[in-house]
Amino acid sequence: MPARHPWRWAGTALVLILLAQFAHGLATNPGWDWSTFTGYFFEKSVLQALLLTVELTLAGAVLGFLGGIPLAAMRLSRNPVLAAVSWTYIWVFRSVPLIVQLLFWANLGYLYDKLQVGIPFGPGWSFSTSSLVSAFGAALLGLSLHEAAFAGEIIRSGLLSVDQGQHEAAAALGLPRRRQFLRIVLPQAMRAILPNAANLLVNLLKSTSIVYVLAIGELFYQVQVVYGRNGRVVPLLMVATVWYVVLTALLSILQYYVERHFARGAVRTLPPTPFQRLKAAIRR
Amino acid sequence: MIELTGVHKSFGTLEVLRGIDLTVESGTVTVILGPSGSGKSTLLRSINHLEKIDRGRVRVDGELIGYRQAGDKLHELGERQILKQRAKIGFVFQNFNLFPHLTALENVAEAPISALRKNKSETYERARALLGRVGLADKADVYPRQLSGGQQQRVAIARALALEPRLILFDEPTSALDPELVGEVLDVLRDLAAAGTTMIVVTHEIGFAREAADTVIFMDEGRIVEQGPPARVLDNPRHDRTRTFLSKVLS
Repeated sequence: MPARHPWRWAGTALVLILLAQFAHGLATNPGWDWSTFTGYFFEKSVLQALLLTVELTLAGAVLGFLGGIPLAAMRLSRNPVLAAVSWTYIWVFRSVPLIVQLLFWANLGYLYDKLQVGIPFGPGWSFSTSSLVSAFGAALLGLSLHEAAFAGEIIRSGLLSVDQGQHEAAAALGLPRRRQFLRIVLPQAMRAILPNAANLLVNLLKSTSIVYVLAIGELFYQVQVVYGRNGRVVPLLMVATVWYVVLTALLSILQYYVERHFARGAVRTLPPTPFQRLKAAIRR
Repeated sequence: MIELTGVHKSFGTLEVLRGIDLTVESGTVTVILGPSGSGKSTLLRSINHLEKIDRGRVRVDGELIGYRQAGDKLHELGERQILKQRAKIGFVFQNFNLFPHLTALENVAEAPISALRKNKSETYERARALLGRVGLADKADVYPRQLSGGQQQRVAIARALALEPRLILFDEPTSALDPELVGEVLDVLRDLAAAGTTMIVVTHEIGFAREAADTVIFMDEGRIVEQGPPARVLDNPRHDRTRTFLSKVLS
């Protein structure tokens, strides 16, 4: 006779009732205005804005992680100057709110009206700042610099999580330095880096909505433009919300498979993927 | 031949090695005994420059390890040269330190391919043969965590052998193993000894020292207290400290 759990049943019933009530509200409350929602969900200007959001996210992530790698390497280096510079960069760019930083970059021309490339204290070529840093450029610059600070810390934490014995074994075998890093340390560090990196990426996806302050036509800016015109705030916010949810879901699926790849050898047997589980259930 | 002369090493104010002089002939087995904290592991790690020594010289087959001598000054070698020297000296760790994300075969083949730039397919073939030599021919494609401790240590020994080293250093190779798994690793060590491999083994396995060692060394407080053939050091120790240690280990 297995133990009875009456409170489990009561809790389940309560949660189901609340969920049903919420679903009923979603379907019947005219405020949600689902016809407007469906009308705009695949609307051309919304899709174009969505594309821009995806571009900003991908470019920001790639540039952010490219910047994070040297930052992590510098902070871990034995050179005190490099370590201090990296520490300071991370301190500053983690401290400044993204929105403040974006406005700063957008107004760079106010601070330096010309930028010059050349030999330090020697001759060079100069450009007008506002021609060089467009609104999109300022947004991408701000996002990437912000991401790099966090990515650097995530990569560093991953590298630190690798057991000292692994470094020793690689050194004792005389593996070349590059090979020690790429073949032995990095793949093991990836296990710790990936979940945090995925978190950062999702966060970045949502942070792109902040660049609306620079009047860049990404998803959030675009729905604001539309509801500014027709006054249907809630359904249009839902358009943006659902798109962010869909993109995050895609990223989560990607994360699952990438993490699985790097779990080789870490667990005795890999658990089946949801897809494999489904196939097994159908066959049974 | 391995020669250590006047080797000193301190960690901060703690002097771990206080002048070690030691000669190990090629093709012989040397077992180092001693209480914990006596400097055994540090001595072993200084032979392949995993530990930087403060004074003295370490020579393997006449080659100065970790340094280059100019006049009477020593200059530490660059990392690349040190790595080259290490590739000629096998090292087996107490905790195996196998690479968990690589299969047993990949673990064994890694160093010959990337450190010695050997041909890939030949190396894999040889790695398979080495796994066979330590009794693990059927475990080539298995990841370390799927193996028992004794099997992992045998893979680690195969990994050290893959470099065809001049000598192999063993740092308490059986200390992390369950008692019933110690025998299988010691069997491999005995086979290696019988095949004429130059070995220096830090261990607490007195039985192994008695039957396999050519020389037994007893260390205490950073010095070599006595050394000689096992029959003499183990059965007729001259020093009180050796006697006290042996009575504790054998009881």
